[in-house]
Amino acid sequence: MSFQPVKFYQTGTFTVGNRLLPPEERSVQSSSKRFNSINSGHRACQGCGEALGARYAIDAAMEATNGQLIAANATCCLEVFSTPYPETSWQIPWIHSLFGNTAAVATGIAAALKVKGRHDVRVVAQGGDGGTTDIGFGCLSGMFERNDDVLYICYDNGGYMNTGVQRSSATPAAARTSTTPAVGPAPGNVFGQGKFLPAIALAHDIPYVATATVADLRDLEAKVRRAMEIRGARYLHILVPCPLGWGHASHDTIKMARLAKETGIFPVFEAEHGEIKSVLAIRRPLPVEDYLKPQKRYAHLFGQQPKVGVIAQLQAQADRNIRKYKLLESL
Amino acid sequence: MDKPFAITLDPGSSLANRTGSWRTLRPEYIDRLPPCNAACPAGENIQDWLFHAESGKYEKAWRSLVENNPMPAIMGRVCYHPCEGACNREQVDSAVGINSVERFLGDEANKQGWQFSPPAAATGRRVLVVGSGPAGLSAAYHLTRLGHQAVIHEAAPLAGGMLRFGIPKYRLPREVLDAEIKRLTDFGVEIHLQSKVTDVRKALADGFDAVFLGVGAHIAKRAYIPAGDACKVLDAVAVLRGMEGESTPLLGRKVVVYGGGNTALDVARTAKRLGAEEAIIVYRRTRKQMPAHPFEVEEALQEGISIKWLTTIKEAGMSEDGGDIMVEKMALDDKGFPQPTGEFERIAADSVVLALGQDADLSLLENVPGLVVNKGLIEVDAGMMTGHPGVFAGGDMAGLERTVTVAVGHGKLAARAIDAWLSGETWTPPPRHELATFERMNPWYYSDAPKTVRPVLDIIRRQSTFDEVLGGLDESNALFEARRCMSCGNCFECDNCYGVCPDNAVIKLGPGKRFKFNLDYCKGCGICATECPCGAIKMVPEEN
Repeated sequence: MSFQPVKFYQTGTFTVGNRLLPPEERSVQSSSKRFNSINSGHRACQGCGEALGARYAIDAAMEATNGQLIAANATCCLEVFSTPYPETSWQIPWIHSLFGNTAAVATGIAAALKVKGRHDVRVVAQGGDGGTTDIGFGCLSGMFERNDDVLYICYDNGGYMNTGVQRSSATPAAARTSTTPAVGPAPGNVFGQGKFLPAIALAHDIPYVATATVADLRDLEAKVRRAMEIRGARYLHILVPCPLGWGHASHDTIKMARLAKETGIFPVFEAEHGEIKSVLAIRRPLPVEDYLKPQKRYAHLFGQQPKVGVIAQLQAQADRNIRKYKLLESL
Repeated sequence: MDKPFAITLDPGSSLANRTGSWRTLRPEYIDRLPPCNAACPAGENIQDWLFHAESGKYEKAWRSLVENNPMPAIMGRVCYHPCEGACNREQVDSAVGINSVERFLGDEANKQGWQFSPPAAATGRRVLVVGSGPAGLSAAYHLTRLGHQAVIHEAAPLAGGMLRFGIPKYRLPREVLDAEIKRLTDFGVEIHLQSKVTDVRKALADGFDAVFLGVGAHIAKRAYIPAGDACKVLDAVAVLRGMEGESTPLLGRKVVVYGGGNTALDVARTAKRLGAEEAIIVYRRTRKQMPAHPFEVEEALQEGISIKWLTTIKEAGMSEDGGDIMVEKMALDDKGFPQPTGEFERIAADSVVLALGQDADLSLLENVPGLVVNKGLIEVDAGMMTGHPGVFAGGDMAGLERTVTVAVGHGKLAARAIDAWLSGETWTPPPRHELATFERMNPWYYSDAPKTVRPVLDIIRRQSTFDEVLGGLDESNALFEARRCMSCGNCFECDNCYGVCPDNAVIKLGPGKRFKFNLDYCKGCGICATECPCGAIKMVPEEN
């Protein structure tokens, strides 16, 4: 093989687009012909990470399936802000389910399509972390163990945000929510509770499990593309910062997701059949304070007398992630 | 009302919901001034020509470059690139090698024979340009572009001024100089050689509408050094000028150069190449205080030139055969000035070359009314006009920052001011954009990419020949280097704003046309501004 010099495209693949890349290597989001599956006029807050994550993921899935896609949507922020009856932002076939049964509804759609012989039409189920990790967990686990042909996408913003920021089992430790107020000897959400659903999905040994954030579009799109190449139960967990619930500036949504990844708070990886295939390595390692400080839900850790012990506990969690998922080396 | 069971309303689109009314801050696309452009004495739009070079459109890049500076191949060799000193990329890995890309473009233009785009329609105005150095060439070029007839009168037998008679060949090969001067004459610049202008007033009366003076500074400053008859004391200007003549100057085997500027280094390095066994620079202050550029000092040291810091020459021609000089050690006082210590040393020397700076020859300006000369420099206003209406000046005779690039900048500025003056107006500089500082950018998005280092000529050949010391970049690494540009403050169409908007409120207008905001739906969250890599979006408060 002849020598292939390393090509350098100014911003590489970090930015959404890159005029120096050949068109076929550009992201779905950079195209002026992208689907905009979720249209303008939705009522998400300013700087909503979930609205962004949903467009990234569903546009990529639409591209991968040539527009042959049906989405089932749990009750969650995404449903509430996109579809106040009779108005909708969705430009794809879309069905609203109950809070807890989206996985089951999607399974039903997949079964119906199978009966009808429509192998070209693919099914996505989507919901927030409350509908996925708490209320819908039974249906989801069933969908996994039956290996139903559905891609389940969880948009994780760490709480029940549209009902007034209540705690979910995906709320991180020490975070303040309206049900875990920053009062008392151990303010904020308790340590030692909650769950990391991607790890549970991994334990089901389903064909595909991946995590992503809205801060790395190219990675997210590649994972959706890979997921749509596979048949069977697939799970994608996307971290979507929430300016309202997290209390960061609306313009810092992507920055927060980036910091979550760079500090090791949120591991970004990809696994097939229960085996981790790749991780998105940390590019510029940072202490967790950099991630915590801009968020009002952690404000009680700082101020006059910073709670050094709690910060150290959170740092220890991040360090465990870094070791466990080998985030400082690329696989 | 023929609707399915339990359905009472038609489905509607959320497009009916104009979320733009939520907005308190509005994003605006802006162009900020990149630090390289701000630092360029010739006023080049570096970010713009690198933008074209990044996509491999070298001719377009070159055309953008020569809008401000007609001599990229020369600049790419002799400019001290203050742009690179200001480059924001320095804070990511290392500055973009702007100078080397400029040289690549200049060389490419010479190779491909690119010519300047045709000038504006002729105005019939004639402007006399005195001197064909960088200031004069630049002024003549810009005047020609504006449609005026520029006529250069040059006293020397060859054009180029200090580019030819001050800068050694190993830094600027003469083919390069000749090629860029020829492109200027092909463009319509008239150059009359060996035609010394002695009376500016007479010239003005001779059918010229304005005059630009760029006679430079080529009279060597002297220092009184008692010298025996047998010792050769020369001046640096004469030595460098002599290199362009038929017989090279005779400097001997041991050469001492007195001074600490770039000229001193040029002479010492020239002496070494002429066969001197020893070339010693004597400078009365420290290395830190040396006005010469650090990389030139470094190159000279590599070539085996020795430098005696904190030393002055007291006497030359000490021994019977004239071969020694006496130097005195200096020490810095509290204020940083060198003071004699009374400690002397003898150094063997066949010749002493004085490189103590130059003065301008202002004899042609006698009896021009209104002209003010201050400390050997002509005083000019913001548009380079002297106290005498219609007489403009630039280059070394009009300032103490004496570099080729500054001279080119003076020439451009003067040409614009002359153009305004000829139509009875006063030139005012266009307003500047605010500076694209590093804090206004989002460096996360730029891939890591270290600077490409230019090849350096082998040390032995550097000591014995006048071959060019620094090589050029080839196409692939020039492209790489151009792509390291972060496009500070100016949109480079990375699609980030278009991609990161949660409300699809950014409209992509297509290649080269950038983007626009759909204010019907923009909620003003500001993600686009935060995530713009180059800082080309600004959030401004909505008025109501």
